Amino acid sequence: MSGLLSVRDLKVAYRTDEGDVVALRGVDLDVRRGEVLGVAGESGCGKSTLASTVLRLHPATARVSGSVLVDGADVLTMRWGDLRALRWAGASIVFQGALHSLNSVRRIGTQIAEPIRLHEPEVGRAELDRRVGELLEQVGLPASRRTAYPHQLSGGQRQRVMIAMALACRPSLVIADEPTTALDVMVQAQVLSLLSGLVRELGVGMVLISHDLAVLRQVCDRIAVMYAGRVVEEGPAQEVFGAALHPYAAALSSAFPRIGDPASRYAPAGLAGDPPDLRLALEGCSFAPRCPRAVDRCTAVDPPLEEHAPDRAAACIRVGEP
Amino acid sequence: MTLVAGADLVQEGAAPRRPRGGGFGRYALGKVLGSLGSLVFLLVVNFFLFRVLPGDPARTLGRGRFTTEEQLEAFNRNYGLDQPLGEQFLTYLRNTLSGDLGVSLRYRVPVSDLIVDRLGPTLLLVGTSTLLAALIGIWLGIRGAWRRGGAFDRFSTSASLTLYSMPEWWLGLLLIAVLAVGIGPLPGLFPTGGLHSVDADPWSVAGVLDTARHLALPVLTLTLAYLADYALVMRSSLLDEMGEDYLTTARAKGLRDVAVRNRHAVPNALLPTTTVVALNFGFVVAGAITVETVFSIPGLGLLATEALSVPDYWVLQGTFLVASAAVILANLAANLVYGLLDPRVRA
Amino acid sequence: MTTTSPTGSAAPSARTVARRRRAAARQRGWREFRRHRSGLVGAAVLLLFVLLALLAPVVADADGLSVTRATGGVLEPPSASYPLGTDDNGRSVLTLLIWGSRISLLVGVLATVISMVIGTVVGLLSGYFGGWPGAVLFRLTEWFLVIPFLPLAIVLATVMGRSLLNIAIVIGVTSWPGTALLIRSQTLSVKERAYLERSRVLGAGHGHLLRRHVLPNVMPLVFANTTLTVAVAILSETTLSFLGLGDPTRVSWGSMLQDAFRAGAITTGSWWFIVPPGICVVLVVLSFTLVGQALEAVLDPRLRERR
Repeated sequence: MSGLLSVRDLKVAYRTDEGDVVALRGVDLDVRRGEVLGVAGESGCGKSTLASTVLRLHPATARVSGSVLVDGADVLTMRWGDLRALRWAGASIVFQGALHSLNSVRRIGTQIAEPIRLHEPEVGRAELDRRVGELLEQVGLPASRRTAYPHQLSGGQRQRVMIAMALACRPSLVIADEPTTALDVMVQAQVLSLLSGLVRELGVGMVLISHDLAVLRQVCDRIAVMYAGRVVEEGPAQEVFGAALHPYAAALSSAFPRIGDPASRYAPAGLAGDPPDLRLALEGCSFAPRCPRAVDRCTAVDPPLEEHAPDRAAACIRVGEP
Repeated sequence: MTLVAGADLVQEGAAPRRPRGGGFGRYALGKVLGSLGSLVFLLVVNFFLFRVLPGDPARTLGRGRFTTEEQLEAFNRNYGLDQPLGEQFLTYLRNTLSGDLGVSLRYRVPVSDLIVDRLGPTLLLVGTSTLLAALIGIWLGIRGAWRRGGAFDRFSTSASLTLYSMPEWWLGLLLIAVLAVGIGPLPGLFPTGGLHSVDADPWSVAGVLDTARHLALPVLTLTLAYLADYALVMRSSLLDEMGEDYLTTARAKGLRDVAVRNRHAVPNALLPTTTVVALNFGFVVAGAITVETVFSIPGLGLLATEALSVPDYWVLQGTFLVASAAVILANLAANLVYGLLDPRVRA
Repeated sequence: MTTTSPTGSAAPSARTVARRRRAAARQRGWREFRRHRSGLVGAAVLLLFVLLALLAPVVADADGLSVTRATGGVLEPPSASYPLGTDDNGRSVLTLLIWGSRISLLVGVLATVISMVIGTVVGLLSGYFGGWPGAVLFRLTEWFLVIPFLPLAIVLATVMGRSLLNIAIVIGVTSWPGTALLIRSQTLSVKERAYLERSRVLGAGHGHLLRRHVLPNVMPLVFANTTLTVAVAILSETTLSFLGLGDPTRVSWGSMLQDAFRAGAITTGSWWFIVPPGICVVLVVLSFTLVGQALEAVLDPRLRERR
């Protein structure tokens, strides 16, 4: 399978004073060109680790195994020079919290231009100015705002600057890590439609990470639901959202009621309990302690992610059982 | 080329912002007014320090100097000390603002003339040392912070802390003993004190070299003393920056580690360090006092310690005024520079 | 931890609970402190110097301080009878050094107490009371922070005269602003906490609030800051004594160095008169700094990573 991004059996653990903390326990993901994959899950399920590992930005204390192929090349083992060339030009990131992800004492125009100057040193001054202006206009900011500093912009504007910056080198893959979390609901919707519009227009593949399933349903082609460092369900967005196979995915989608669907009002709105402590070794299905459908078998085997219908995979032994 | 430009976006993009430049003006004005207030308060304190502290001012000022009542009265008359306090204060204000700081009891010349004469050597000594210390200290701080906990970091941090715990004039004494006097087979390489040799013409090439040779040890002493401070400040502000998200962004853009450090982390970490350097330069007189004494350099610091033994009150009062005003002004300069360098301040 | 039975005779009073909780916190703090090796070394060195200062009359005869009863020659190098040589009056440098530690430590501690009292009071009041009294105190603190220490100390010492107490006062009066700023910011943050509001609603007065709620929360930081202030105070005492502003009748490390400088110990190469007092100053100041840093790290988890 030759997708744009292909993650295979990715495992990440952080070394700490109190022993290893596991963040990812074997993740498989695929993104094709021009496709938007949503990654959903509670905080602490490993979403952000996934985002930083795709460009090998994880801290030195992380232990990583598995493979992350971008355009067929393994990010985790490639040489530093190749990795630097891939970063931003091949795959870029829209970080959450644009206020801190932008350098606060540099003008935003300079910051948008920085990756272009780095990856395309042949671009001249005038051409550079034109492209920065274009990028700003693409995200709905006047080109003249290039001289502004981050603190002079609103939260939504800053996030749009991040988006413009992510598209600066025309990458084929964009990772968006909670790009709208820090924003007001209204601004969230605007930034989201902007992002998905640009991605489709430019034919870029995107991984959109969010804890907010409603956000993902709006713009994603496919959705992967993560729990405790693993993907527990994966499939087309509408199907995962409408008829989840995995009990956790079902609980997650019912936490966001749909207007005009009376059934959603009677569904359990929340889940009791907390995600498991990832410092400890897990036995059986990691979701079993909180699962409404758990049976004895669930604590014995850790179910693999298996295809249960065409293009629909879930990691639950009770799929199809009454 | 605009793909999405919904009315809602434009509306949000046009959110009213404070006009640029106005922020800095307001900020600068506030700082200038604050410094003026400090200067005024300094003038007041300077006056009262010498006049209302315990006992009769003339007796305190001329302890053991007057043998007869007539001498005491003459002294009081001379310095206007027989006037009421309010009157004295006004006279003092008028005189000080017009540059009249009184007459030195020891040298019998106006204190302001003495201060102007002695300013040059002090500025030369402290200026050179500050510059060297800032350059070396910042470099040490950067290297230490970037490889925190490494051998270099541990060594430079311990060295900085040790220097920090050392009276700088004692370090000067040791340097004189080793490098100027010489120990054992090692001959003295530098003069033990003074600004230049008696027969040297300070404006000839040989004279300049001679002055440089005389200043080498005092400059080394002060540089080592200041350096520790800058190295520790730079290290800790760079460590503060290194946890920041924008550095991850820079790394994600494909910048080399060195470029991430030099183009993003260091310039941002330099902001607080610059302020410390500018502020420290204000401690010109204060810092030079002991080192000038040890190396007998005829600057403001030596002037102050010489005045101690007389005691030459008007000289002490004058040097205190100059020393403190220098810090207040340097503080103002540091704040203004910070405002220019850091756009966040202006908001 | 606490008993919930309201009637049981074993139910500890609120005071006992608080005391027990504090003891537990102290134990935790000590465990954390022990992890800072440099802080431990500093504490050991300090203990040594304090013992030396306390035992001075036992270790070194006070007669050795008298110029008229001096037994040695002028600036004699170290020998069996004078392990650190003699000074320009024929006194044993080692004896001077041991007795000098008393004055240096005493002035340092005395000055720190003065500085801490002024700093804590000004900081508490300027943080606790908003409005113009707080603002005035804050401005005053800032002003004192900017005024250079040495020129001010020289002026004060000259005007006030030279005595042990005066030099401590001079150092104390010039070194409090740092403490005041720290206490102020801490007070401001404590002030915002909910239990203070609750207390106020229940009718607690300013005095009660400050004493029972704000001060206990601020004290740990004062404690860490104290050790750092002692370091600065001892350094200041040495410098002022070196400039001849110390008590002329008593020997301190600073006054020894002044004597050495005046007697030309440098040109005669009498290193035994210059090096030991300086090393003592560096050791004590460095130890106080290390202990202070370790305490700070224990009390402020954000700093823990730093060193």
